[in-house]
Amino acid sequence: MREWADFTAEPGDGGAVTLTLKGPLTVASIGAIDRRLREVSEHVAAVDLSQVKEIDTVGAWTAWRTARDHQAEITGASNKAQRLIDSVSRAESSGAITPPRPPLLTRVPAAVGELVVGWGSGTLAVLGFLGSVIVAFGRLAQHPSRFRGKSLVRQLELVGVSALGIIGLMSFLIGITIAQQGAVQLQQFGAEIYTINLTGRLAFRELGVLMTAIMVAGRSGSAFAAQIGTMKLTEEVDAMRTIGVSPTDALVMPRILAAVLMMPLLGFYSAVMAVIGGAFISNFVLDIPFFTFLLRIQDVVPVHDLWVGLIKAPVFGLIVAIAGCYQGMQVAGDSEDVGLRTTLAVVQAIFMVIVLDAMFAVFFSEVGWK
Amino acid sequence: MSDQDGAQNGSVPEEAQSDIPEPFSGDHPIVVKGLRNSFGEQVVHEDLSLTVNRGEILGVVGGSGSGKSVLMRSIIGLQVPDAGSIEVLGHCMTEPHDSNLAADVRSRWGVLFQGGALFSTLTVAENVEVPLKEFYPELDAELLDEIARYKVMLSGLPEDTTSKYPSELSGGMRKRAGLARALALDPELLFLDEPTAGLDPIGAAAFDRLTKELQDTLGLTVFLITHDLDTLYEICDRVAVIADKKIIAVGTIPELLALDHPWIQEYFNGPRGRAAKDAQGRAKKMDNPAAGRA
Repeated sequence: MREWADFTAEPGDGGAVTLTLKGPLTVASIGAIDRRLREVSEHVAAVDLSQVKEIDTVGAWTAWRTARDHQAEITGASNKAQRLIDSVSRAESSGAITPPRPPLLTRVPAAVGELVVGWGSGTLAVLGFLGSVIVAFGRLAQHPSRFRGKSLVRQLELVGVSALGIIGLMSFLIGITIAQQGAVQLQQFGAEIYTINLTGRLAFRELGVLMTAIMVAGRSGSAFAAQIGTMKLTEEVDAMRTIGVSPTDALVMPRILAAVLMMPLLGFYSAVMAVIGGAFISNFVLDIPFFTFLLRIQDVVPVHDLWVGLIKAPVFGLIVAIAGCYQGMQVAGDSEDVGLRTTLAVVQAIFMVIVLDAMFAVFFSEVGWK
Repeated sequence: MSDQDGAQNGSVPEEAQSDIPEPFSGDHPIVVKGLRNSFGEQVVHEDLSLTVNRGEILGVVGGSGSGKSVLMRSIIGLQVPDAGSIEVLGHCMTEPHDSNLAADVRSRWGVLFQGGALFSTLTVAENVEVPLKEFYPELDAELLDEIARYKVMLSGLPEDTTSKYPSELSGGMRKRAGLARALALDPELLFLDEPTAGLDPIGAAAFDRLTKELQDTLGLTVFLITHDLDTLYEICDRVAVIADKKIIAVGTIPELLALDHPWIQEYFNGPRGRAAKDAQGRAKKMDNPAAGRA
């Protein structure tokens, strides 16, 4: 059982009481009496510490505060207690624990205003960032030897090669879902053979690239933002600048190039895996043999579907990489900001990819690639 | 009114009725025996042994990369050693997963990391309150705030620092705020990793005096990693030297100087070592411990 601090109040001369503190007066035992000491309403003449067994700064503070609040004197303090009381009394302060919080009526309009201004300045900042990337491309074209090949290869591996497993599995499962669900609906019209058209065209034209872009945004876009953001916090980015290395050249360019180069490959791979998933499930639910399904794909999927996917892919890669790198470079302050910026990078990338995908869909239909 | 009554008076919540550890009564709060640490092929410590006496300030010195911080991390249980035994406040730290035991020891030590390691989403005062809330949930919010305020002041920070976030502080201020958090529980044992590195000389001298005063008033045992020769001369009772993966010597500075080890000789008799020693000598003569820095 823990031993708690305790106190008694004995009446003395003229109605004033003497508070006698007892037991250990430490951070572990003070919890029992702190509130009660604050609630003592009688006039206190003295705080007696002669029966205190142990004391630390928390105990010394509590005794001193009680004496201060009642303008009482402290008696019976041991040598150690007196020294502790001296040092904590010198350390008295009235600093706020948290920064002042403005009232709701001020905070809400302020937050709205910041949001609106943020949109404007954010758009400008993104344009500025895009500009610096384009300038960096220009520099690169002038001095190709300055290009950081090693860093690009490393990013190609991270963005592309190590994503093969998860993107393959995801696409395979999506292929299964489209084919199976499509078959259920099409069977009602006796048109289940069109499951092949459905799976193949959707995979190459839309889903392969779109799902890959979402996966790359989640895997690599977030990684870009978090890596660059942490490097900003640890002043690595500043160090680069002072050495004369442009962070855009060293950090941003390899990542953007890697995403732009890898997205078409991953998108095509994803479409192929989705078709294999569709063929796999058709083998069982539609009695279309696996290889027949694959052969029919050649006939029913026009080549321009492949082009639609391959044209969209690098654009999506660019958006994902720009969002990740831009948010990473915006990190300032503390680790919480890294988290916020990483979230923003992924959300913005996915949102922009879906908006652009809709625009591409209308565009390609209009130009006759139906 | 007895202690028992006080506890049942409704002023203390149920969950706070748990036992608290007895203060450590042995002579050696830290005992390390046969410690071996390695990272892959690289062996950092080999058969390292060290005993810290109660109530002393032990300075730990060694070249960069000699494993001072790794030793501290092993002692506080952040680095699992390959071999050897570590006892802190009578508890074996190498014992696998004994959560009670670990909590018991953790409520009785304070650790100051090199960069301060403050929680970045909390203000300085809230940082100081974290260990208090963790171990003593029965404490009132009002008392917690008061404790946080005086701890911050004791660490030598200005009054308005309490409501600031770590990202708004300079490196030296973060270190002091880290010290305030390390001292939050009035620990018996204090680990300081290069506390004066990066502080201005006035701030460093104040930090030294503060450490010394805490040791005197609270009977603290301090495990102090430092490169600051002034700190070593000024406040350390004994100095342990890490070299060749071991503690090669422990003793007072005159005792170490009597040893014929090239690294120790170079360390204390190099130009900086001499300057610190001279400063110490002058300070002693003037009978004013603060003058050594001035």
